[in-house]
Amino acid sequence: MNITLRVNGKDRQLDVDPEMPLLWALRDVLGLTGTKYGCGEALCGACTVHLNGQVIRSCVTPVRRAANAEIVTIEGLSPDGSHPLQKAWVELGVPQCGFCQAGQLMTAAALLKKHPRPSDEQIDQSMAGNLCRCGTYNRIREAIKKVAGVGQ
Amino acid sequence: MASFILRLGLTVALLATASCGSRDVPALPPIAGHQLRAVADFSVIADKEDRSRALFLEASRVFLHPRCANCHPNGDVPAQGMQMSPHQPPVTRGPDNHGVVGMECTSCHQDRNLVQARVPGAPDWHLAPREMAWIGKSPRQICEQIKDPKRNGGKTLAQIVEHNAHDKALVAWGWSPGADREPAPGTQEQFGAIVAAWVETGAECPSQEVRR
Repeated sequence: MNITLRVNGKDRQLDVDPEMPLLWALRDVLGLTGTKYGCGEALCGACTVHLNGQVIRSCVTPVRRAANAEIVTIEGLSPDGSHPLQKAWVELGVPQCGFCQAGQLMTAAALLKKHPRPSDEQIDQSMAGNLCRCGTYNRIREAIKKVAGVGQ
Repeated sequence: MASFILRLGLTVALLATASCGSRDVPALPPIAGHQLRAVADFSVIADKEDRSRALFLEASRVFLHPRCANCHPNGDVPAQGMQMSPHQPPVTRGPDNHGVVGMECTSCHQDRNLVQARVPGAPDWHLAPREMAWIGKSPRQICEQIKDPKRNGGKTLAQIVEHNAHDKALVAWGWSPGADREPAPGTQEQFGAIVAAWVETGAECPSQEVRR
């Protein structure tokens, strides 16, 4: 089945099973491997992307849901890694192994778009679905606050 | 397992018998926990108000089943599973009952159940508003809430019947939960008929102390 979606600002035509997880379409068909496969059950957040601005777990989202929709992956968050969150991530050395960080960044970006100066509670509630086995949570929170310009 | 079902059935029968206050009310036929009685079974109760109360108590076995009550939490966190434990990942209600940014219900829940990932799904997956909390409530409290337009989404009783009997999304999901999840008792058709009969008999509420 032919499905048209707009990924990181470019129209893409895919001839795939409409029930294929969006993550497979992004990684295996379009070669956008920045988005990671973690649990496959929407429990870890490694596969987080934006669909029409909403955070979704691409591992459980059938590609048919993305038809004619705007998808943004970590590759499209900024053209050159210059999103304020990406810069803060580098400055503060947030990642350890890094596997979960694309998902962390995508959720953090959606959070700051909706709440430019989030409270601790808002950060906790929004980031609760993105797990980090290295335990970089304190640095993630610090980087979000740095970009938001709120107290540490 | 058979003895468990029998005990559950007897419990259901006992609750149905005891449901209508101090007066003697004829016993209803025993049933297994996964079944609903037919509307005709309630014809043994001659008094219309008693019959209405017994019908609501039967319907409350659906309202209070985890498949339905889990997303009618008394608070801001939905429950999950037959143990009605807090939802994991830890989601919260948000301003419009659809979650918070980054953790919206539809970030994960799709318009249908997922076979491989086992994530349950139905169109517009979301929490019932706070005023429609069912977890921890008695059938009487739920009955009063359902009849109150200020707490039922502004619905008439006819609209309540229609919603319960024919909603194809979240209500219907209770009987098609996917994976190995236990469905709500009976069928949506039976449930709709019971709710309709409850309304037709005066929409009486059962006594406060009986709950299940």
